[in-house]
Amino acid sequence: MTAPSSPVAPMDDAALALRAFALCPSAFGGLWLRGPGPARDAMIERLGSASRLMRMPAHIDGERLRGGIDLAASLAAGRSVARAGFLQEARGGVVVAALAERITPALAGSVAQALDQGDPAERFGLVLLDDGAEADERPPMSLTERVAFVCNLAGAQPSGVADWVLPEPVTSLADLPACSMEALRALASVSLALGVDSGRALRFAALAAGASAWLDGRTSVSDADLAAASRLVLAPRATRMPPPPTEPQAEDDAQPPPLPENEGMDGNDGEPEPPSYSNQDPSQDKDRVDDKTPDPDQLIAAAAAAIPPGLLAQIAAGRSRRGTGSGGGARHQSPLRGRPLAARPGLPSGGARLALIDTLRAAVPWQALRRQEGGDGRRLGLRIMKDDVRVRRFEARSASVTVFAVDASGSAAFSRLAEAKGAVELLLAQAYVKRTEVALVAFRGDQAQLLLPPTRSLTRARRALTELPGGGGTPLAAGLSMVCTLGTGLLGRGYTPLLVILTDGRGNIALDGSMNRAAATDDAMRAARTIAAARLAGVVIDISPRPRAEAAAIASAMQARYLPLPQASAATLSKVIGALT
Amino acid sequence: MKRFPFSAIVAQDEMKQALLLAAVEPALGGVMVFGDRGTGKSTAARALAALLPPITAVEGCRFCCAPADAGTCPDPCTSKRSVKRAVPFVDLPLGATEDRVIGALDLERALRSGEKRFEPGLLAKAHRGFLYIDEINLLEDHLVDLLLDVAASGENLVEREGLSVRHKARFVLIGSGNPEEGELRPQLLDRFGLSVEVRTPQAIEARVEIMRRCAAHERDSLAFTEEWAAADAKIVRRIARGRTRLPTVETPDEVLYDASRLCMATRADGLRGELTLMRSARAMAALEGADTVQRKHIIAVAPMALRHRLRRDVLDETGSTLRIERAIAEVFG
Repeated sequence: MTAPSSPVAPMDDAALALRAFALCPSAFGGLWLRGPGPARDAMIERLGSASRLMRMPAHIDGERLRGGIDLAASLAAGRSVARAGFLQEARGGVVVAALAERITPALAGSVAQALDQGDPAERFGLVLLDDGAEADERPPMSLTERVAFVCNLAGAQPSGVADWVLPEPVTSLADLPACSMEALRALASVSLALGVDSGRALRFAALAAGASAWLDGRTSVSDADLAAASRLVLAPRATRMPPPPTEPQAEDDAQPPPLPENEGMDGNDGEPEPPSYSNQDPSQDKDRVDDKTPDPDQLIAAAAAAIPPGLLAQIAAGRSRRGTGSGGGARHQSPLRGRPLAARPGLPSGGARLALIDTLRAAVPWQALRRQEGGDGRRLGLRIMKDDVRVRRFEARSASVTVFAVDASGSAAFSRLAEAKGAVELLLAQAYVKRTEVALVAFRGDQAQLLLPPTRSLTRARRALTELPGGGGTPLAAGLSMVCTLGTGLLGRGYTPLLVILTDGRGNIALDGSMNRAAATDDAMRAARTIAAARLAGVVIDISPRPRAEAAAIASAMQARYLPLPQASAATLSKVIGALT
Repeated sequence: MKRFPFSAIVAQDEMKQALLLAAVEPALGGVMVFGDRGTGKSTAARALAALLPPITAVEGCRFCCAPADAGTCPDPCTSKRSVKRAVPFVDLPLGATEDRVIGALDLERALRSGEKRFEPGLLAKAHRGFLYIDEINLLEDHLVDLLLDVAASGENLVEREGLSVRHKARFVLIGSGNPEEGELRPQLLDRFGLSVEVRTPQAIEARVEIMRRCAAHERDSLAFTEEWAAADAKIVRRIARGRTRLPTVETPDEVLYDASRLCMATRADGLRGELTLMRSARAMAALEGADTVQRKHIIAVAPMALRHRLRRDVLDETGSTLRIERAIAEVFG
């Protein structure tokens, strides 16, 4: 089969996404722009010239977001001063969320709720600026779900962005060309093939196809529009690779008898006009606009080609996308619970609560003086200044994450892995009691692999663990450096990681992948010392039948405990680790 | 823009059924919906709330007291007049603070005039309506505890900041979440009455239908809702009939016996499973217009009532729905 169009340059798709968003901002929700760079800045600037932009910092607090009474101003004025919330102010404009991958689930929840508001006139657009470098560093799914278009702009050139013609918003979505039944069937089969299961994505795809046709000056949806919708909306949300296109089942489902008539709402237009924009859609000269029967297989192939490479690796590793992450919990120092500490001056905001008694206690000694100074004797009540206000503080413990690094090399791998697997599941089964999360790294052959990113979910863990590969060399250094990176990242995000290394300490693959025992040992020792320097707590469990000096040496370089456990069973392991956390 | 009609939601029959049961019998204790994003969970809950006939409340009462309950709230609530209000639907955001959920001291008044006045929170707003929580599995545990406690007792009791306030807060709690993103503690899960699993349909035709109806709704929501008005009205009548019938539905002993046997066979934890199974079977019977609860009602609601109460077995990967179906086959043959 032939590809329906030549590879599309990322900036052409980005142009289409931005123009479609400008066409009906409330229906499309917004854009998710991955990868920092000049192209992205230029796009934001272009968007800013057409609509009102409001930048939302990732640290914005709940008070500012929702608005309410401005306490400081109210106290100073002696009457209540209200302040509009950020999301209220944003109505009719576009919220630009910088560092979107750092947005907390709590903030995302509030924004998502505001995005869902019923009346289109009160909605705002959302642009997620995602600088996430790692594949699993993503903005919360509650937000990415609600924006239609995904563009990867890393390394793209901003040439020509300033000349993009942004259309005026349409008054009603009924103005957009509707998808015919065949077009909808084609989009549905693409979504099925790529494993895109969200109803929102389906809705966005159908709308995007209509918008693409409108922008091209046509009144019916063509193959090129469907391909664009698949690329911009469906492909980035893929959770699996499409099955081979020759599969008979897919053909049965996907190729309905062609209907002669366009069945859309306003589908009485038989003759599509020729496209009027000539420089926007590079694929249009290859597409025959009079072709009324979209070929789902071609669409699927086009969409599959647009799946970002990082995503492919994730799918291959059998991992689902990391959602809003941490599973909530005590990730931050909580102002709400934990061990109470003394009250401290400050305004109650961002969830911190007023310590009323302490506030009054701070204000009382000054009352006589303030009444004299105030001059105005008629004003009743306490005179409380901003400096008197105290808030409560609590000390919360951060959640701990147990990171397993399992030596999956050689012949003993099978049983060791099985035991590590058992220990992970046992720990997770009681994770909700101890509030711990678990991650698993396996190293074998010439590399280390993150099989299970930190999670509290038994369901996910079980799926990640079903296919655990074993055998090959021992890239101990690679394994250690991966857990070191993972551990440092977790530490930075407020978790307390504990590294559990299951190995015999005999690495034979160096960091560069070469089979050289001396270099491998050097690399491993260096990685172990890096772990010690990063102040990561850990334990090395020696699982060789006759414990020797190598694993102990690694442990001492890591400044970690050393435990020889020749017959480690899942139950013993989880007991040992349970005692350490 | 009109809301998406309840009856126009494609597939998801189990979720719709569970919501109807909860609407007939609010004492069931809420519905937990497991599933991917974008499966119409919040659309369905919102649509159901919009569907129900308006409630009568005391005029000016911030706690939405029914005229019969006038004076039971912290407000003066003395007005003799009553007003019609739409059934409340409160969407609790993930970032909500405890203050906002249970209510707090009215700071402004406390600081300016020294008056101790209670500012009602989201629980008071949800009284006699629905409280929907998306991603409940990511909500802080102490908030979930609090919500389930209030949902079960029907009353919000505030004892803090020198306030001592109680007000009625009866609502249908609807939680949703994806277990892959973090699980809810089993103790909390157990306190939900019903649980359902939703998935976007895997058939092309159903997906086409989803896109077609969404597009039709967006193009002309007025015409679309009119198209479905008759189907929606039928559902409203079913709920109303079910509510009036519920108190008179009889529960024969042999059905009670059936329910116990089923719970024993599934080894569902605790008595709550049995109670919910019975209650939801009664609601099912009322909804179907039957005078007595029959075995078929028990069988129909068993997966929803018991699914989330099965003991988790690390080594057994059989889905909970399948385990209940097996138990049904085993017990009733």
